[in-house]
Amino acid sequence: MSVIETHRTAPSPVSRWLDYARRNPATVICCALLLAFLLIAIFAPLLAGDPLKINPALRLKPPSDDAIWGRDHLGRDVFARAIYGTRVSMLVGFSVAILVTLFGVAIGVYAGLSPIGGAVVMRLTDAMMAIPAVLLAIAFASLMNAGLLTVIIAITIPEVPRMVRLVRSVVLGVRQQLHVTAAISIGTSGLPLVWRHILPNTLGPVLVQATYACASAIIASAVLSFLGVGLSPEVPSWGGMMADARQQFRIHPILMLYPGVLLSLLVLAVNILGDRLSDALDQRKSRRSGL
Amino acid sequence: MFAYLAGRVLSAIPILVLVAVFIFSLVNLTPGDPALLIAGDNATPAQVEQIRERLHLNEPLPTRFAIWAGNALRLDLGVSIYSGQPVTRLIAQRIEPTFVLATVTIIITVLMAVPLGVIASWKANSWIDRAIMGFAVLGFSVPVFVIGYLLAYVFSVNLKWFPVQGYSPLADGPLDTLRSVTLPAVALAMVFAALIARVTRAAMLEVLNENHIRTARAKGLPTSRILIVHALKNAGVPVVTVIGIGLATLVGGVVVTESVFNIPGIGRLTVDAITRRDYPIVQGVILFFAAVLIIINVLVDMSYALLDPRVKG
Repeated sequence: MSVIETHRTAPSPVSRWLDYARRNPATVICCALLLAFLLIAIFAPLLAGDPLKINPALRLKPPSDDAIWGRDHLGRDVFARAIYGTRVSMLVGFSVAILVTLFGVAIGVYAGLSPIGGAVVMRLTDAMMAIPAVLLAIAFASLMNAGLLTVIIAITIPEVPRMVRLVRSVVLGVRQQLHVTAAISIGTSGLPLVWRHILPNTLGPVLVQATYACASAIIASAVLSFLGVGLSPEVPSWGGMMADARQQFRIHPILMLYPGVLLSLLVLAVNILGDRLSDALDQRKSRRSGL
Repeated sequence: MFAYLAGRVLSAIPILVLVAVFIFSLVNLTPGDPALLIAGDNATPAQVEQIRERLHLNEPLPTRFAIWAGNALRLDLGVSIYSGQPVTRLIAQRIEPTFVLATVTIIITVLMAVPLGVIASWKANSWIDRAIMGFAVLGFSVPVFVIGYLLAYVFSVNLKWFPVQGYSPLADGPLDTLRSVTLPAVALAMVFAALIARVTRAAMLEVLNENHIRTARAKGLPTSRILIVHALKNAGVPVVTVIGIGLATLVGGVVVTESVFNIPGIGRLTVDAITRRDYPIVQGVILFFAAVLIIINVLVDMSYALLDPRVKG
């Protein structure tokens, strides 16, 4: 009735957060999923038994109290292998995303600022992008010694060119902007110019691209394990579990389903977060309408 | 027009050379002596030396590259370490299944993705749009081998509509061939279609908000005509570009899919060669795929001139 009654107090952080969650349920669910996978990866030893212990007497045993998802063709605990398999996927996904960002941004900024260097870098990325990424990764991983580091490097190399091209195109755009011209005209150059004026502008697109790189790295690492390249077969990984399940596929398809669903869920969560991030950063996109 | 096309073709050559250098260094700078690998465990040092001589392994790297690249230009990619057969012949023997699989995949992809993208842009921000785009995210998040086994279980093992694995050559009847590649092609198309549907939607939305579309609506043209003739044609360039770029992903998918469905194509050849460290095949196949992709992308660039008259200049 009176003016005083319509005056609202500022919403509390909790209610603001709930409000955000109500408007963006997908984002919240994906963040929760990702957090859950992260916790599973960190606390794997507390959640499951030994993923490596072979027990031929129990091979392909259906689910029971000591192995709730049953046992594989070597009598290993499928649940334990799936839990520990989270580690490889998360580790490869995040390491590749970080490495791709570091190398991609460094090379991309250089290519955007140096005309000659930029041309050379562009031709090199053209050549690298002409080679199918998965082929390049399996070739590289098979030629090096087996191990997690090899897998990470093998997946990072073909992912870098895309980030380089993205960063370069952003830098080329930013360089035309008034604040950069102004900074250059008052004598800013070198690292301060890049650090204060150029890098902050690349942050959004780079973050989105890093998210997608993370998702495709998780798939690529599963492909490598599935084809039996890179990691030794006893290391528990989702791709490796699917490769193990191939022989029993017609009789025990469920062995294929567990790692397949976990893998798809993780990649889906990362990709959806990438999309939400991209939408949030691109204001123009949301204003477009259909017919 | 001619200058544009000639320029596109010429610009592909340095890229191909760089690809060759890259593949050659990848294989030759990694540890391991191919001569020891070929000679086997019981060879005498003299025999190993003989093989090194025959493969020019004692020459400096640039000379070896020149020999390899020179032979590659004459379509001689060396011989397989494992079977002793020429790599070119091995690729030729395996090309049919891969070619059929890739072609059927692209047809399914375009038939599925372009209409979905157009519908999503037409009904932008509605539940139809959200459903299609949700499906698209799912499509490129579920790895091709997961979709492959899921399809194989439902349609081959349970319903028995399709053979579970293997490939039936065209010579034994094209219908059987089609049946044998349907499931792998659908599995592969999911990933690819998801990508193209998203780009089609984005490109269409860009065009749909332009003035000439408003004019077309004001004139009272039917919606279908506006969408297909006025909007889709203008949205064609980015869509065709992504089909071209996406082929690299498709080739990677082919390698995996051929393993899942046990199809004796170039992908299987590669995976087998990699597990045996048969490096001439690895080099040869990667160079072959890269060359095919570069040629296709030159063709894609040429198609711009057909889609967009402004490109001619």
